Parts: sequence; C-alpha cells; structure tokens
Amino acid sequence: MKILAIDTSNRPLSVAVLDDANVLAAITVTVHQKHAEYLLPEIERLLAMAELKPTDLDRVVVAAGPGSYTGIRIAVTTAKTLAATCNIELVAVSSLATLAANVPVEGALVAPLFDARNQNVFAGLYRIKGGVPVPEIADAHTNVTTYLEAINEYGEPVWFLGDASHFTELIDTTISAATPNVNAWMNLPQAATIGLLGRHETPVKDVDQFVPNYLRLTQAEAEWRAKNPEEDTGSYVEKI
Amino acid sequence: MAVIEDGHKILSNVVATQIKSHQRFGGVVPEVASRHHIEEITICIKDALQEAQVGYDDLDAVAVTYGPGLVGALLIGVTAAKTVAFAHSLPLIPVNHMAGHIYAARYVEPIEFPAMALLVSGGHTELVYMPAENQFEIIGETRDDAAGEAYDKVGRVMGVNYPAGKTVDQWAHEGHDTFKFPRAMEKDDNFDFSFSGLKSAFINTTHHADQIGETLSKQDLSASFQQAVVDVLAEKTQHALADYPVKQLILAGGVAANQGLRERLEQDLAHNPTTHLVKAPLKLCGDNAAMIGAFAYVAYQHGVFADATLNADPSLEFDWAADSAK
Ligand SMILES: [Zn+2]
Repeated sequence: MKILAIDTSNRPLSVAVLDDANVLAAITVTVHQKHAEYLLPEIERLLAMAELKPTDLDRVVVAAGPGSYTGIRIAVTTAKTLAATCNIELVAVSSLATLAANVPVEGALVAPLFDARNQNVFAGLYRIKGGVPVPEIADAHTNVTTYLEAINEYGEPVWFLGDASHFTELIDTTISAATPNVNAWMNLPQAATIGLLGRHETPVKDVDQFVPNYLRLTQAEAEWRAKNPEEDTGSYVEKI
Repeated sequence: MAVIEDGHKILSNVVATQIKSHQRFGGVVPEVASRHHIEEITICIKDALQEAQVGYDDLDAVAVTYGPGLVGALLIGVTAAKTVAFAHSLPLIPVNHMAGHIYAARYVEPIEFPAMALLVSGGHTELVYMPAENQFEIIGETRDDAAGEAYDKVGRVMGVNYPAGKTVDQWAHEGHDTFKFPRAMEKDDNFDFSFSGLKSAFINTTHHADQIGETLSKQDLSASFQQAVVDVLAEKTQHALADYPVKQLILAGGVAANQGLRERLEQDLAHNPTTHLVKAPLKLCGDNAAMIGAFAYVAYQHGVFADATLNADPSLEFDWAADSAK
C-alpha cells in the first residue's frame, strides 16, 4: 500500500511517502511557516523521488488537528481533495497523537500540547500501548492549569511534548512526578510516523464531509450559539 | 465551481452560498467563511464535473481565483485547485477575481478593445481601462467605502438583513429622491469615487429623525441614497469615457445587478455612437466560477500559468494606468 502522510498543523511542515511500513522519503521543515506555498511542491518532490505518480497512491494520512486553523486547513484541504479527486482512501490522525507517537517507551504517559494563547492549550494525554499512543484524556481546547492538574492525578512520570517549554514553570510547580527530558526532534511531527500510525486505521467514510478537527468554535459562532441555544446548527450552506 | 468550454460556453456553474450562515452575524466572518469552504470544496468539484458530464481527461486546465479576497477563503480554493491540477497533470491558471467579474460580460458578447469596465461590488468600486486583451489598468477607484459596502451599511441602519443591496434597490424604485444627499467628488477632475460622506449624511438624517421621533420613508431614503450612488457612478463613468474612447463599457460586479444602476447607464449610453454598453448577466454578477473560467481561457491563450507554489494574494490589484492621476 502506497501512503502519503502530511502534517502542517503548526509551524513545522512534514511530508512522507511510504510503501506499507517502508518509509520511501520523508521531510520535515521548520525554517518557515509558508505551508500554502511549500506543501504541494514538497509532495511533488517526494513523490518524484519515490518514482510515484499521485494516482499510484492508495491512501493519504493527514494530521487533521488540533493546531493552527490555517495550518490544519491547508493539510486537510490538500488531503481531502487528493483523496476525492484520485478516489483513494483518506485517514485522519490527531495532530497531538502524532507527537505522542514520538515517545518509543511502552507504557509511557505522554502529554502533547500546543500553545493556544491566553493560558489555553490544545492538549491531550496518551499512553503508549503496543507501540501506539492510546488516549487517556481526549484532545481538547482547555485551560493549561486545569489540564496539568488532571495529569498530576495520575502520579506517574509524564513526557511533555510540543509547546511544553512555554509552560516550564507551571509544569514544574503542578506536576509532582518526574517529567523526562525530550530532545528537539521529539517535539516535531514526523510524517513518516503519521503514515505508520495511519496504516491500520479505518479510512474516513465520507471524504466530502471531512473537515479539520478545530476543537474550538469560532468566536462569532460560540457567541451566536450562546444567544440562540434553541436554534438548529445544521447546514447553512446552500446551492443556488 | 464551473466547467467552461472555450471561455464562453457554460457546461456547469455550481455556486454554494453561505449567506444564511453569515446573516447570523450581520456580515461575513472570515474564519466562518473559510470553515464552510472546506465543507463544500470537493462536493462542488464533483457536482460541477457531473453536471457538465465531463471527466478529468476532458479538461485542459484548472483555473482558480488567487486574489483579491479573504485570505482564509482564497487559500481553500488555491489549495484544492493546485491539488487537482497536480493529481491530473493539468496546467494551473491563476485568475484575478476582478478580471473574472469583468469577463462575466463575455457570456453576453465577445469583448472588444479598447474597453472600459465599471466594477462595482462589496469590496471594490473601480474604473478599469482595457487597451487590449489581458491588459487591465485602473484609472479610478473608491477612496473609502466600496459601493456595495455602503449599501450594506445603510441597509443595516434601516433594519435590512445582510446583504442589503436587493431590498434597498427595490425600495428605491418605490420612493423618490427627497433627501438630496451629497454627491461626493462628482465634479472633481479625477475618476475616483467616495461614498463615506453619503453614508454619513444618510446616518445623520435617520439619526436626527429618530431623536425627534419622526419616521422617515424607507422608500424615499433608499431612493435618495441610490440616486446619489448612481449619479456619482454614472457621472464619473461618463467623464472617463470622454477621456478614454472605448468600444465597450462593461458593467460588472455584485452591485452591477442593481436595477437603478443598469437603467441609468442604459440611458446614458443610449445615444453614444462609439461606446456600447455590455451589462454582465444578472445571474453572473455575484461571485461565481463561470466568470473565472471565461477569463482563464484568455489567460491560457496568453500562456499565464502558475506552479505548485501559487499562494493566495488577498490584496491583489490591477496596476494603475501609467498616465493616471495616482
Ligand atoms: Zn466578487
């Protein structure tokens, strides 16, 4: 099975091409955040190196969020359009689980988080079981202190990944168990790992309906729903 | 999303509107717009191909709007178009949205050069001179609000839901220009527009009436507002046509659907022996992909292609004419 894996959830851009469990080509870039400009050229380059045409692909695996709204939209739009137009499978993985998969320690408790500003984070808690991250606390947009307090309840060593360095002091004061050091590499999404994670996942049923996992309503939408709790929040888009 | 043959034959033209969603907020919320586009993008591609009864093998190129507009919305189109072009080894044509609006007129008749376009929409009000095919030069534009924007603002003052253009246009036809709002820059020696003074005069008039407990006729308010807008647009256009003799005057953009404006330009151009008025079809005044396809055909013939690095350019603009005031 030929797989293309993509992550542009945050500043890093990561793309990989796999043939089953063999990584044919992979790249991760952190020097810019111009995903709109660089994602497709990188895909082109990697497929060319792997001597594959887009139509040779069997599956696209995408890190579908949470993360930067623009970032996850570019990855998801590329992945879903490619899947729809080539009629191939689409698999979504959590952008947080992707990071958690960088910890190769069976049984480890891993806390990947992205800074969402104003003391908020996109974060989850995972346990590595059978080599893959399994959710302990579901991905959410949450206050960082609330999140850390929930993790501290476990009373076990926790691997913090992602933007943990933005909250070093808070983590030190809140978490009483050990917090193992991680290297810079582990803080970056690796598309090759995403491809491996997505290899056995069930494909998305309806590619057309697939959207990023924003984990947060827009401010306008949240305010409107608060004011109109009775209103149906179904489809607002119509064909004319 | 549309499938167009030879730049003038519409095989399909699918438009998914989000107006209902944005009406909840009284205007377009960019993040919401972008989220809706992702929901629809692949469905619209499929529908457009299916309605046109074509497959990817039948296509010669993929064209996409890359600006101007909301960056989050443009990005969805650009990303999807690049992906489709790449997946099927098709050339990619980057289209300026405003060139697309002008080329809606191509569905009425071929464009003859030199031509002039009066482009009036929610985001733009400009006079564009086209000396030859694939050449666009701005000779005048709004210095503040776009005409469509002004419509939405006065509409809101009168309690009309966004977008207000159609209702204000209707009311205008039922009322009279009793308020005589100011016509900004009408006599100035340039081709620029301004609508903020008119908007303020409108707001002051309604505000004053509110304070003294007087109810003003929405029909007369609308008629007075519309008459001022149309006078300014028409006068400036006449002025521009005097300086730039052209074969065609093209009326395009969302506000080109305005009946008052269409009628006025028809009258003004009726006895013009050299310039012929071409109004964009009513159905193609609002944003649509058929107009993008019409211009893409021209771009294709001029060899205008983009590679996979194409990015959205939210503030994309035509160049100013070299001899213009600006
Ligand atoms: Zn437009």
